[in-house]
Amino acid sequence: MIQVTVKLFASFRIDRFDREIREYPPATTVADVVRELKIPETEIGILLLNSVHVDLQRQLADNDVLAIFPLVGGG
Amino acid sequence: MDKILRINMGASGGPSQSIEEAGEFTALGGRATTSMIVAKEVPPDCHPLGAENKLVIAPGMLSGTAAAMSGRISVGCKSPLTGGIKESNAGGQVAQVMARLGYAAIIIEGKPATDDLYKIHIDKDKVTISVDNNLKLMDNYPLVEKLREEYGDKVAYMTIGSAGERKMAAASIACSDPEVRPSRHCGRGGVGAVMGAKQVKAIIFDDNGCKHRQPKDPEKFKAANRAYVEGIRKHAVSGEGLPAYGTNILTNVLNEAGGYPTNNFKTGFFEGGTKISGEAQAELEIKRGGLATHGCHRGCVIQCSGIYNDKDGKFLTKQPEYETVWSHGGHCGIDDLDTIAMLDFLDDNIGVDTIEMGVAIGVAMDGGVIEFGDCEGAIRLVRDEVGKGTPLGRILGGGAEMTGKAFAVERVPVVKGQALPAYDPRTVQGIGVTYATSTMGADHTAGYAVATNILKVGGDVDPLKPEGQVDLSRNLQIATTAIDATGMCLFIAFPILDQPETFEALLDLLGAFYGIEMTGDDVVALGKKVLNLEREFNTKAGFGAEDDRLPRFFKTEPLAPHNLTFAVKDEELDELYNWS
Repeated sequence: MIQVTVKLFASFRIDRFDREIREYPPATTVADVVRELKIPETEIGILLLNSVHVDLQRQLADNDVLAIFPLVGGG
Repeated sequence: MDKILRINMGASGGPSQSIEEAGEFTALGGRATTSMIVAKEVPPDCHPLGAENKLVIAPGMLSGTAAAMSGRISVGCKSPLTGGIKESNAGGQVAQVMARLGYAAIIIEGKPATDDLYKIHIDKDKVTISVDNNLKLMDNYPLVEKLREEYGDKVAYMTIGSAGERKMAAASIACSDPEVRPSRHCGRGGVGAVMGAKQVKAIIFDDNGCKHRQPKDPEKFKAANRAYVEGIRKHAVSGEGLPAYGTNILTNVLNEAGGYPTNNFKTGFFEGGTKISGEAQAELEIKRGGLATHGCHRGCVIQCSGIYNDKDGKFLTKQPEYETVWSHGGHCGIDDLDTIAMLDFLDDNIGVDTIEMGVAIGVAMDGGVIEFGDCEGAIRLVRDEVGKGTPLGRILGGGAEMTGKAFAVERVPVVKGQALPAYDPRTVQGIGVTYATSTMGADHTAGYAVATNILKVGGDVDPLKPEGQVDLSRNLQIATTAIDATGMCLFIAFPILDQPETFEALLDLLGAFYGIEMTGDDVVALGKKVLNLEREFNTKAGFGAEDDRLPRFFKTEPLAPHNLTFAVKDEELDELYNWS
């Protein structure tokens, strides 16, 4: 198993969590995490893996930090 | 909007006024109007605080109509902060009220020969310019309270605090919000100092007896407005994220992306970021009986603002914006929302730009004036030094560049003398191009490449690489210049970048109002025309290619966590204005 820190933001926190260290089997992708958390893919705005933008197909590694945001903006 | 009001504060025998036909400005507005008038009438080499500079105020093309989101007011002049042309815009009620009064622009020129302080009252019948020396050195909140006793609540106020009267280069002009609070500011570039130099303390706009401006094609206009509002409401950013969490939603985004400038641009991640995030702020506002969703002007359907109450549930300030939370927060190593909210109130009250003020404080921290993270110290500097006009306060109120010089700081984050906002250009390379090349000095709103680089709205350009950033910034700067002419809030860019039908609805609103056909090409042509005029003004004011640069440390000091430098080459920056 690998350990991944998952951080959720804005509306994705509602009925879920802010930040958790979670365990996944090797070869888990970002899409697998998103599905497990029941986040609709269409609502996703930004995926940051260790501070770098990634897509859903990216495979996770041990000790990764994954941040999942809905589509947001400001300025 | 068929007339222009010209007020000469320096006329012999006291200020004079005249009304002119608006001519070409009848169908223009906002930044297009202010920049065209400044470019035409202000000598580019004049002193910004002298009689030759002019303060030009213009509502947008659709302000005062029933069009949603049309409440931006533009103020233009030669900037005392940058020495170049300036357009600074704000929300609040002023644009709508001034437009309904029929003014395409107000031009305030000259300078009184005496030290009297003036207020200007404008209603549908007349303009009254009167001396009121009782208002001297009053700050915005007590000032507006006092003016309300005389003029009431059904008017819009444009005011300066003590910083404007003291002609500090960071001074702002406050515009009253729907609750008649002076909380919406034309912040950037020291426009408040120019109003102070004209010795105008307050302008009171009273549209009693005036109606909405009427479109040429009412049916088409109504349909376009409906489609426009629908488009804004259905987009996730303008319809959900901004109303619920405000602009400060970006703290966590930029922090997670490693692009959150911390402790005066030393690192791209702030440990205390989550404590001052939009999520934390919204939760606290609701808990204390404030509001996490609130509009800065009537007719706003996004409602990105809020009301921030203190620990006792009493109004402290409007919801501090992302830029403010950053400048007074992470930039200064401060992770306490109550401190930041107090600083936001002090800035609004004294009348200074929250970005320039916060960045100046962080630079002062780097120069050893106080420690990073010193909440009480930061409040004391703004309240007791800037607010009282002490010598130290005047240095800080002169902005980040002046503060850096005064305290021998090497790392001074400014372009053309104006402080960088809340996105590090080493991690968000596209916004670095905008900072470097904008006619306004470092200004995120001039071409918000953050949307495409980080938020993935309106396309996707890798934020960490130099490729494609000049083209991106150029296109955004042109489009933004045009939006700044319409009077529309810039946050409509999120839905119009992603949804072609919402952009069409905006074109239809303009077209139906003025009885013309508007196309995307017309918008681009307007943006280019205004940018060219602004750039020409700056060239005559003494700016060259060497001024279209970021401070060198962005090229030499890598920023953690990505350990990158700003990699867009100088030659590429010089291509930004090469358009055909």
